[in-house]
Amino acid sequence: MSLIESLSTNLPKLLDGAETTLILTGLGAALAAVFSPGLALIRLFGPTPAKMLLRAYISFVRGTPLLAQLFLVFYGSGQFRAELTGLGLWSFFRDPFNCAVLVFVINSCAYQTEILRGGIEAVPPGEIEAARAIGMTRARVLARVIFPHAYRIAWPALGNEVILLMKASALASIVTVFDLMGRTRQIFSRSFEFSVYFEAAALYLLITVVFVFLWRQIERRLTRHMRRTQGS
Amino acid sequence: MTLRSKLLACAIALLTMAGTAQAEKLRLGTEGAYPPFNFVQPDGTIAGFDLDIGLELCKRIGADCEVVAQDWDGIIPGLIANKYDFIIASMFITEERKKQVSFTDPYYKAAMTHVVPKDSEITEFTNETLAGKVVGAQSGTTQADYAVKMYPDADVRLYPTQDEASLDMASGRLDVMVGDMLPLLDFVQKTEDGKCCKLAGEPITDPAFVGEGVGIAVRQEDNDLRERLNKALAEIRADGTYKKINDKYFSIDIYSMK
Amino acid sequence: MMETLFSYGPQGWGDELLAGVWVTLRLAAATLPVGLLLGFVVAAASLSRRPVLRAMGWGYTTVMRGMPEILTLFIVYNGLGLGLNRLLDHFAPQIGAVDFPPFAAGVIALALVFAAFAAEVLRGAFQAVPEGQVLAGLAIGMTGRQVFWRIKLPQLWRFALPGMGNLWLNLLKDTALVSVIALDDLMRATKVAVGVTKQPFTFYLAACLIYWGLCLGSELVLTRLEARANRGVRRA
Repeated sequence: MSLIESLSTNLPKLLDGAETTLILTGLGAALAAVFSPGLALIRLFGPTPAKMLLRAYISFVRGTPLLAQLFLVFYGSGQFRAELTGLGLWSFFRDPFNCAVLVFVINSCAYQTEILRGGIEAVPPGEIEAARAIGMTRARVLARVIFPHAYRIAWPALGNEVILLMKASALASIVTVFDLMGRTRQIFSRSFEFSVYFEAAALYLLITVVFVFLWRQIERRLTRHMRRTQGS
Repeated sequence: MTLRSKLLACAIALLTMAGTAQAEKLRLGTEGAYPPFNFVQPDGTIAGFDLDIGLELCKRIGADCEVVAQDWDGIIPGLIANKYDFIIASMFITEERKKQVSFTDPYYKAAMTHVVPKDSEITEFTNETLAGKVVGAQSGTTQADYAVKMYPDADVRLYPTQDEASLDMASGRLDVMVGDMLPLLDFVQKTEDGKCCKLAGEPITDPAFVGEGVGIAVRQEDNDLRERLNKALAEIRADGTYKKINDKYFSIDIYSMK
Repeated sequence: MMETLFSYGPQGWGDELLAGVWVTLRLAAATLPVGLLLGFVVAAASLSRRPVLRAMGWGYTTVMRGMPEILTLFIVYNGLGLGLNRLLDHFAPQIGAVDFPPFAAGVIALALVFAAFAAEVLRGAFQAVPEGQVLAGLAIGMTGRQVFWRIKLPQLWRFALPGMGNLWLNLLKDTALVSVIALDDLMRATKVAVGVTKQPFTFYLAACLIYWGLCLGSELVLTRLEARANRGVRRA
């Protein structure tokens, strides 16, 4: 089969899968981003037991394969169906898509928290002292000085994390979600047509390249005040 | 016969046996997640109807067989890539697969069936009745093809192994599961998990999906091996060995499905 | 109940899981040297003065790092065997089909991925050697080659170690992906145990804890190695 022919039959399915991949990644990363600032603050300034708990959570997520975490949540939740039904949570766990998103949020949140913590620690103490000196409240210092600067520092690392998550989302195919990888495997298992793997690879690369470009554009915007002094 | 000629005969017999045992090493490819046909035991070895038949055939053709486990999705590419020499893993003989590999005569007949939870209200299986329902099957199988083609409006989910599909059937994620008759009969009758569920509807025997039955796959160029397996298969059918293995697992003769 | 599930022997799954851990460790240990070597080659290409080599190095790291590991694994596992046999059929049909064992496929696929990330770490480490040291070397009459062997390479270990440590942890975790092909590593042993016992939560949790233990153990060793590597360095 020629490449054009194979592409025209496979592409609609692959694009459909790519859409699911994007939704999975976007949802996972965005929800994790909602929780990570608070967790990063606790990780730095919280009470000791909370700090210890967070450290254990982050260490566990970083020390275990995502595939194992996914199986633990997806098949593991089946073992507690009765209890989950009692709590009214079973309808959530019943859907593999939800399970995948949940695991991605838990996973990405751990990484994002660590990245943000690094960003907050890298904010020059002088800036914070200056903000205090002009009478800002703690909340204001956080909102106006610490977080804006911390995000600027952490921005490239956060972008890397999103790409890692996008690649990791391919594992959702193993728990029956038809993402890009799932569609690819489905096509291959029916037709044994090897080129479909390369078509999928090209799509993943395309997603990465476009994402990196967009992320850099946002970074330029975030740092535009810093370039002004260089006279551009 | 004198003692000497007896000894001589024994020696010759031993020599020829040793000769054939050394003559050929074959690798038998199977899946290992498809009870009672092929499954992994707690001691790590693979057992089941497929294995018993396969190893018996090995003995008959004088080969020394090593068992290789391979996931279903990669089982045909694995044969072509020479990871093993033949597949005995309850594989239906279908036109699509024949383009890749060649098959022996069927070693048992197969039909597919639907499984539903015991309290399910689904009795008819059409695209209309299953619209929006969650239908599960093992990926890359004839039953997956069937589910995808017959129920385009259902939410079809494909699992890497039948075991995982059954696990999700038991945990209540699936409204309907499509699978091979015999393993699913085993599932609902003999397993703790299977108590949740029952077989439903008419058996699916449409040759467009189940083909001519279940065969052993070999590489297309290995015609000689295929012929020898066929001959050995006819032999064990004729001398009752097949029946002995059959009765170890099933109450009906699965060769004829009667 | 628990004791029998995880016991060592024909009734329990303890020995299978342990055998799986052994495969996991062997796989990671076998991948490390291959991946490092390949990583050096790629790093050398990306630092080369020739634009063609640089482009190739850049292309390799970009493609490998942009693709899901599991896709790479599928391509190598299914593709290498098929491709190799097709080539042999074409050029040397007398050899017949050759076997491509899953372990080797796993090592190659993991090494290809590892090399792409290792190349970036190594490139960074080479560039982390202070310019002044290189200039000093040149000033006392060393050749470029001597500067490389006597100044850059000895310090590489120290600069690359933190990054390499992370890659090792990723490698340990990535070995779980080979369970999706057909290698009896820890993850697959767990899956098999789940298939029979129908206790997914118990067994996947056990697997997670084992991986966690392996990673924590590795981190301990890495911290020591880093302390050792930095012993001669002045601290601020």
